[in-house]
Amino acid sequence: MSERLMQLEVLRYNPESDGETRFQSYEVPCRDEWVVLDALNYVKEHLDPTLSYRWSCHMAVCGSCGMMVNGEPKLACKAFVRDYPEHIRIEPLAHFPVERDLVTVIEDFVSKLASVKPYLIPKKEQPLSSGEYLQTPAQLKKYKQYTLCINCMLCYSACPEYGLIPAFIGPAAITLAHRYNQDSRDGGRNERQEVIAQQVGVWECNFVGACSEVCPKHVDPASALQQVKVASTMDWYKEHLMPWLNK
Amino acid sequence: MAEQVNRKPYVREVSPTRWFLRDRRYMRYMAREVTCLFIGAYTLMLLVGIARLAQGPAAYEAFLAALREPASIVFQVLTLGFALYHTTTWFNVTPKALPLQIGEEFVPGGAVAGAHYVLWALISVVILFLAGVF
Amino acid sequence: MAKSNKPIVWGLFAAGGTVSAFVIPVLVLLTLLAALGHVPTTLAYDNLRGFAASWWGKIAIFGVIFFSLWGSAHRLRITCFDFGLRADTLVATVVYAVAAVGSVATVVYLAAL
Repeated sequence: MSERLMQLEVLRYNPESDGETRFQSYEVPCRDEWVVLDALNYVKEHLDPTLSYRWSCHMAVCGSCGMMVNGEPKLACKAFVRDYPEHIRIEPLAHFPVERDLVTVIEDFVSKLASVKPYLIPKKEQPLSSGEYLQTPAQLKKYKQYTLCINCMLCYSACPEYGLIPAFIGPAAITLAHRYNQDSRDGGRNERQEVIAQQVGVWECNFVGACSEVCPKHVDPASALQQVKVASTMDWYKEHLMPWLNK
Repeated sequence: MAEQVNRKPYVREVSPTRWFLRDRRYMRYMAREVTCLFIGAYTLMLLVGIARLAQGPAAYEAFLAALREPASIVFQVLTLGFALYHTTTWFNVTPKALPLQIGEEFVPGGAVAGAHYVLWALISVVILFLAGVF
Repeated sequence: MAKSNKPIVWGLFAAGGTVSAFVIPVLVLLTLLAALGHVPTTLAYDNLRGFAASWWGKIAIFGVIFFSLWGSAHRLRITCFDFGLRADTLVATVVYAVAAVGSVATVVYLAAL
């Protein structure tokens, strides 16, 4: 079992005492199989207990440990130290305000997620006695990929439009809206359209595609957003050219 | 016991003019976007060609002569490069915007993009033939 | 905020990007050949006039110029914003005006052919 001495350069920010962010270096003996999260835990346990960061599952399913590793949005538990040179720069996820050290303010994302109504809105109310919804494998496959989002916000860090236009609803939220729109059990598309068909909805997206490239769960949010654009465009023409069609 | 928590989030600014310089991914995106400058300018050039065509043989000959200028040749070579980059990036992402589900499975993106390339080759050959190149 | 009217220009952009992806490369090849001294047969004055005089020739020429102009115009609008030019309404007005004038001009010239 070999070790490698690595230099972690970590962004620090204490809101109670700092006016600016600064970087602090730590020397960490890293085991070959470690991930960046292991290195951070070593720092916190042995070198500097004041370092703050979010993490939980350590297996890329909870979405808590998103951070910038050498300028790239990564899950700290999925960034293997063996893939990096000796010097690793760790910063909070880009495009989010810094709460403290590596902890970002995520309220903007959470409220945007809630605004797209990410839950099944049945086409019509049905009593429990009518039984469960039936769904064919084909119907499931239509939206399955978009259910895999773990809300890690790496896509928001990668998206340059979100960096330039903070009001943009963003990849994950719009993808989740699309996930429900594509679900055969759902009837809430019109409600969600009110939010995602706005200018700050899908129309701020320019298909840079960075979101899909960094997504650790291969959700491919970029594809969802383009499909929303296509659907919204067809909607628009139907609404404006054939207004007699019932919504 | 409720403690007063003093929050003072720090906002990191993004440069609106230089954000794309910090990442290869963003540079590739901007390269794709600026293809519109060349394709747009070239389309306007085609429009001028049609105008000169309508204005008679002398005007059209002058247009063809202008085409032969070195600056025009450089512009067209650059346009060809950018147009090809636009074509490849466009075809490669089309399957993402228009997924095709047949039965349970989706048609693989490669097949959809591939079909575009084949169609593109066919159209190009037809146009070259109609133009009398062969 | 109300639902956006972006779909109009985005639809044109999608069509424009598709048209230019399929035909611009081969057209550049043709004009390059002409520029290098080997004018393709159909690009000679009489033949091109004949082509432009036919109804399907007019449709083809208009289709290429119209969609390619609008596709490029919309993308240029986005590109300006990405380069930091934030006056979106002004940029949009300029680029779409050029596309509109170009479209009308194409019709006018084709009608004369």
